Amino acid sequence: MGARRATAAVGLLSATLVIAACGDGGSGGSGNSATQDANARGPITFVTGKDNSGVLPFIADEWNRTHPDEKVTIKQQSDQADQQLSDLEQHFQAKDPGYDVVTVDVVWTAEFAAKGWITPLTGQNALDTTKLLPATVKSATYNGKLYAAPYGSDGGLLYYRTDLTKTAPTTWDQLIADCKDKTTKGTITGTKPACYAGQFAKYEGLTVNAAEAINATGGSVVGPDGRSATVDSAQSATGLDFLVNGFKDGYIPKEALGFQETQSLNAFEAGQLMFMRNWPYAVAILNGKGSKVAGKFAVAPLPGPSGHGASTLGGHNLGISTYSKHKASALDFLKFIESDAVQRNNLTVGTLAPVLTAMYSDPALIAKFTYLPDLLKSIQTGVPRPITPYYPGVTEAIETNAYAALQGRMTTHQALTNMQAAIKSATAGG
Amino acid sequence: MTPAGQVEHRVVKKPNGGRRRSKARRGATNPGEARLAYALITPTLLMLALIVGYPIIKAVYQSFLTDPGLDQASGLFTAGDAWFGLHNYTHWLLQQCATSNGGYTACPSGTPGSQFWESVGVTVGFTVVACTLETVIGMVFALMMHRAFRGRAMVRVSILIPWAIPTAVTSKLWQVMFDPQGCINKILGTHYAWTSSLWPARCAIVIADTWKTTPFIALLILAGLQNIPEETYEAAKIDGANAWRRFTSVTLPLVKPALAVAVIFRALDTLRMYDLPKILTGGANGTTTSSILVVDQLTRGVNSASALSTITFVFIFVIAFGLVRLFNTNILGAQTKAVR
Repeated sequence: MGARRATAAVGLLSATLVIAACGDGGSGGSGNSATQDANARGPITFVTGKDNSGVLPFIADEWNRTHPDEKVTIKQQSDQADQQLSDLEQHFQAKDPGYDVVTVDVVWTAEFAAKGWITPLTGQNALDTTKLLPATVKSATYNGKLYAAPYGSDGGLLYYRTDLTKTAPTTWDQLIADCKDKTTKGTITGTKPACYAGQFAKYEGLTVNAAEAINATGGSVVGPDGRSATVDSAQSATGLDFLVNGFKDGYIPKEALGFQETQSLNAFEAGQLMFMRNWPYAVAILNGKGSKVAGKFAVAPLPGPSGHGASTLGGHNLGISTYSKHKASALDFLKFIESDAVQRNNLTVGTLAPVLTAMYSDPALIAKFTYLPDLLKSIQTGVPRPITPYYPGVTEAIETNAYAALQGRMTTHQALTNMQAAIKSATAGG
Repeated sequence: MTPAGQVEHRVVKKPNGGRRRSKARRGATNPGEARLAYALITPTLLMLALIVGYPIIKAVYQSFLTDPGLDQASGLFTAGDAWFGLHNYTHWLLQQCATSNGGYTACPSGTPGSQFWESVGVTVGFTVVACTLETVIGMVFALMMHRAFRGRAMVRVSILIPWAIPTAVTSKLWQVMFDPQGCINKILGTHYAWTSSLWPARCAIVIADTWKTTPFIALLILAGLQNIPEETYEAAKIDGANAWRRFTSVTLPLVKPALAVAVIFRALDTLRMYDLPKILTGGANGTTTSSILVVDQLTRGVNSASALSTITFVFIFVIAFGLVRLFNTNILGAQTKAVR
């Protein structure tokens, strides 16, 4: 009886191991078939996240109209970044030639390049980047080589209530001063709004927000090589303390420890926040139906300790799969993506931040999207997140320790010391 | 035995059916029957070896290999899969992380290695607390459902609803309720950020898990209760046993086999818990279970994740084995005592 039940137990338990064994795949190899297919043309597949902004029909129609023999098929993934990532990983590990052009989050680019999954855009695959924002090109570059084509950029903005304050604060002190008398401290459920919130749940968004605070004071997460840890400094401590003290003193509500983009947006939309840090996509939603703050808010560059702060760069790049059979067509598709027509459509239809420098000084566009100059400033002065193939480990090192500091479970100094050690460990492959 | 004997044997035993038949059959196997039995179960065993055995052996083998490293000059990953001995195991068990100059250091906070023992503690903690709550409440529910009263069917159905809802939906449901502005804070008049601070987050998971799986335990106990003959209670009453005494001396020992199965199943399930904390809290605030850690590590390095999953496997297996042994003795003891 005992033996038989134990056998049943083994059967049940083996599920744990099966997960690990099935995750096996050729993550190591750097098999490069880039050259042999470089001239091959034919139909291609464009793999991208779910099209919430409605820009894909234009891209597909316009490309197919001008390239009848190399038609593009669009495969939409989920709208969750981690699900997109695991979908790409699975198809790359299977060396699937059915994925020709893939959308890559800026922070995945280095890992995909190091694993040999995306083709370097050099030699006969070279892409002209002179018209693009330098910051976006940098995000697509790994180890001195361009590996992807910038598709859309993103920078953080300060959203503020124009019915509560006339001008946007440029420094942290001004922001806190503006909150006096107009907000309640520490909660977003009161009759008056709370002061400030960003994205402080323990996830990628916290890495973005913590890095912004750290970079604003002249601190840095990693050195100029984009890899080695430099976060354990007095400047970094001053930066992180802005957020830590925010929770301690109550001008950041404690509910914000559970905020991702959507929750912070919902709170601002419901009139529960006076200031919010978010990406440009929020403008369209906050002006939409059902918003309590429609017409009562404006955007500005993020504040810092003395003058404007630093944004963390977001955005997406497009890579050509190493396993694509039609690389020449795929390269033409990347050039098409960088065209004025596509970038203009992405902005006007989907409010996606373009990567063409000229577009930010186009009077017609500025008339319609008044925040463009601020967004340009945010992107130009923006700081990329660490460019390393070990990014998942690096971001966990940052978010885990920053979270502990925000919760008050760890001092700022201790959090930065741990962060430094954990980034070092992650980039050593530990 | 002759063919005729076999036929006769079958004819005789068939109407009896059930337990007696299987007992009689076990003693009556001849070489021919045994061969047939082996021939019949061999395909199943082969399939099991293929779909259960092979992945286990492969995972254990992989756990002794290196993960791909980075070639600093080209920036590309080099092939891993070299022999690595027990390093993947010491990484987890002793929390030793590699340094850039090839040495080892204690894993700093914020690395998966540093979370190993915490995740083991969290997993065991959830199991002990949730299983205890579920067993106690499940027993109460089962006793309620067992009683004859008006609307019993309604009560049974309503108790079973949580078990019928998929875990992912349950997790989302409780996430909404545990929202800082959600109904739980409104009802309690509190302002807890349930899913974003340490102990409230852990409580939230135990509450949601208890809500979801108590019906399962209740159902198994109920099945056990229905097997207890009414005469036993009547006899106990005549002997002057009060309600508490009847519960501890009749109900509990007789329901113990069913209870043991329920607890073992729940304990194994909770030890492997992944979806509830992953969705409810994302593993933040000290709610990372061993299974969450395994899946997180998979994206970093398959071979080190294999070591972690092997450790988790052995760990759960030992606990499962211990529970089975413990309850087995208890069940046998209880049965003989009850019969006596």
